[in-house]
Amino acid sequence: MRSLANLKKGEKALIRSFTDEALSSKLIEMGCLPGEAVMISCIAPLGCPVAVNIAGYQLSLRKEEAASVIVELVA
Amino acid sequence: MSPPSENNHIKIALLGNPNAGKSSLFNGLTGLNQKTGNYAGVTVDRQEGSANFHLNNTHYHFSILDLPGIYSLYPKSNDEEIACKTLLDEKENIDVIVIVADATNLKRNLLLATQLIDLKFKTVLALSLMDEAESQKIIIDIAGLQATLGIEVVAVDSRRLVGFQQLREAILRAKSSDSFFYDLQAGFLTEHSSYKKFIISALDSPANLQPLENADKIYRFNTINYIVAKYVKSPEQLSRKELTAKIDAFTTHKVFGYVILLTVLFLVFQFIFFISEMPMNWIEKSFLVLGDYIHSNLPKGQLNDLLVNGVLTGVSGVIMFVPQIAFLFLFIGFLEDSGYMARASFIMDKVMRRFGLNGKSVIPLISGTACAVPSIMATRSISNLKERLITIFILPLISCSARLPVYTLLIAVLYPNSKFLGIFNSKGLVLFLLYMLGFVVTLLTASVLKHLIKTKETSFFIMELPVYRWPQPKNIGIMVYNKIKVFVGEAGKIILAISVVLWFLSTHGSNDNFRDLEAAKTRIENAPVTSQTHTLLKVIETQKLKHSYIGNLGHFIEPVIRPLGFDWKIGIALITSFAAREVFVGTMATIYQSEDENNSEGIRQKLLHERDASGNLKYSKAVCWSLLLFYAFAMQCMSTIAVVKRETKSWKWVLAQLAFMSVLAYGSAFAAYQLLS
Repeated sequence: MRSLANLKKGEKALIRSFTDEALSSKLIEMGCLPGEAVMISCIAPLGCPVAVNIAGYQLSLRKEEAASVIVELVA
Repeated sequence: MSPPSENNHIKIALLGNPNAGKSSLFNGLTGLNQKTGNYAGVTVDRQEGSANFHLNNTHYHFSILDLPGIYSLYPKSNDEEIACKTLLDEKENIDVIVIVADATNLKRNLLLATQLIDLKFKTVLALSLMDEAESQKIIIDIAGLQATLGIEVVAVDSRRLVGFQQLREAILRAKSSDSFFYDLQAGFLTEHSSYKKFIISALDSPANLQPLENADKIYRFNTINYIVAKYVKSPEQLSRKELTAKIDAFTTHKVFGYVILLTVLFLVFQFIFFISEMPMNWIEKSFLVLGDYIHSNLPKGQLNDLLVNGVLTGVSGVIMFVPQIAFLFLFIGFLEDSGYMARASFIMDKVMRRFGLNGKSVIPLISGTACAVPSIMATRSISNLKERLITIFILPLISCSARLPVYTLLIAVLYPNSKFLGIFNSKGLVLFLLYMLGFVVTLLTASVLKHLIKTKETSFFIMELPVYRWPQPKNIGIMVYNKIKVFVGEAGKIILAISVVLWFLSTHGSNDNFRDLEAAKTRIENAPVTSQTHTLLKVIETQKLKHSYIGNLGHFIEPVIRPLGFDWKIGIALITSFAAREVFVGTMATIYQSEDENNSEGIRQKLLHERDASGNLKYSKAVCWSLLLFYAFAMQCMSTIAVVKRETKSWKWVLAQLAFMSVLAYGSAFAAYQLLS
């Protein structure tokens, strides 16, 4: 299982599921739905937070928040 | 068409995602007809406005409530909770809800819209940022959207003020929709009333209903995906977003990112520290002229003195902050509106989080070196309550510009003329040390508070990084205006009150000595002027202060401050400094009868040669360091107290901060004096 936190910059993936219920509620309303395509667009200089392109906009989240998002790499 | 409510008064609530252009729309509808109020018991400001207009010979009055930005009706922060609760509060009597939706990102913005439609609110959907959508070549079938959603849909361009007439008409036509977006077969949420019950119970106990909330949101998004696919055409290549990515490559770069941030911070610092000085001097001079005018044109006496030295001093003390507030919020408005503030937080989050702070704390902390007052007001952009409270709590510990005159005087007494290691100027070195000490203690305090303050709110960093946009001067102008209005109106009252109290205490006394001095003063003032008159009046001023209530207080606290090396004279200066730290210099000048109050060289000479009862130098190293540390950490600023009260909406925080800083100041001064003497 790969999480959003493991993705490298520019890698594309699909969201599969969430491991943290409270965070998932926030992420879902921000448009991070299971099945949605996601790509890391930018990583902060100190490695955290990260920015992702999702649902037509740019979202930033901390590394541990990203770790709660299970993704599947798109070839 | 029948009017929606009696007298053509319509109460409107504005709702939408953060960054959706809600404030621009609010400003476009109301102009300067805005007022900032309070929600009961919380730190969130209540922004209301009104608009009057004629349509078909009928007069209409809109009262508009601008609610905090939310993504759904399941709140995740205190601000969001206020928005949801206010919306569902029947006492608010909201007639129409205008949902402001970012036309460039309709999908995420429609979630809230479908929820409100399902609650049977009369709703208008205002598509904002249409200029942005046009430049991204996004085409929205408004008629189709309107038919599917069953509510009025209007495109609005706040920048060019296009679509406002249509919006007003749509609000008058607004009705609740017959559409229902949540018709999950599961059964229990198949009608409006049961959905409303669900939303209300989710507000009361969010944790229990999380899985259902998620199911609700996912279901809605599936429907929304279908709607957006049908009615919104957007091109594959998004040129504006590519521009944003190019700018981000610099603003979040591991070298340039921090260089840019430092440059921004440097500019903010320059403006608040140096550029504000000019208008502040004008204000000070104008008030002096006004004071002289009133003093010499009104009959002499108590009232005259109260007006000039109590009220006018207080008012000028309030107005004095206006340039700094204006400059700081001009910058903050520009940084927020352009989208840069989100990047500054992005690159600073990891560092600041260690101290329980937020990436957005950086700007207030830096501007705090100039003045804590506007900086505390600027913490409003920190949405997490805990991080905001910590930032407010620690801000007055940073050495501000009002401490400079005190530091300068004391350092000059401490090291009249010496070099450290032969090269460094000791004065500069001590000053640098004091500033660094301020910063270190500030961050240490924050790291401790991080563990002490408990909130239900979790610290998220899940936020939108908006595309870069040119800020709208009108929005920034209105924000600066509102900030000044709130400061003068709310914090101003407290500052004025304390100022009058301090005036009373320093000009009144109860003992015989004081009354004799008053009589002597009147005699001298009425006698013909001689070469002695000026000196005599000076002596009387000094004696009056010593025998006034403040003088008594100085004597009264002497036993408490003696372990710090302070006598009752310094005690008097400590009390008067409560108005503002720099008052220390003036008070010392009065106490030691320095010829010119504005010339610190005169006072320095007096202090340098002052001796105590046993003939030793009074202002020894130990006393000077003790005083320096006391001024570095003590909360001696009524304006800061007033603004902390206004921003935290509670005296509890004010008192906690006052107590903490007093203990810290006392403790460090005590340590310095005991170690050095």
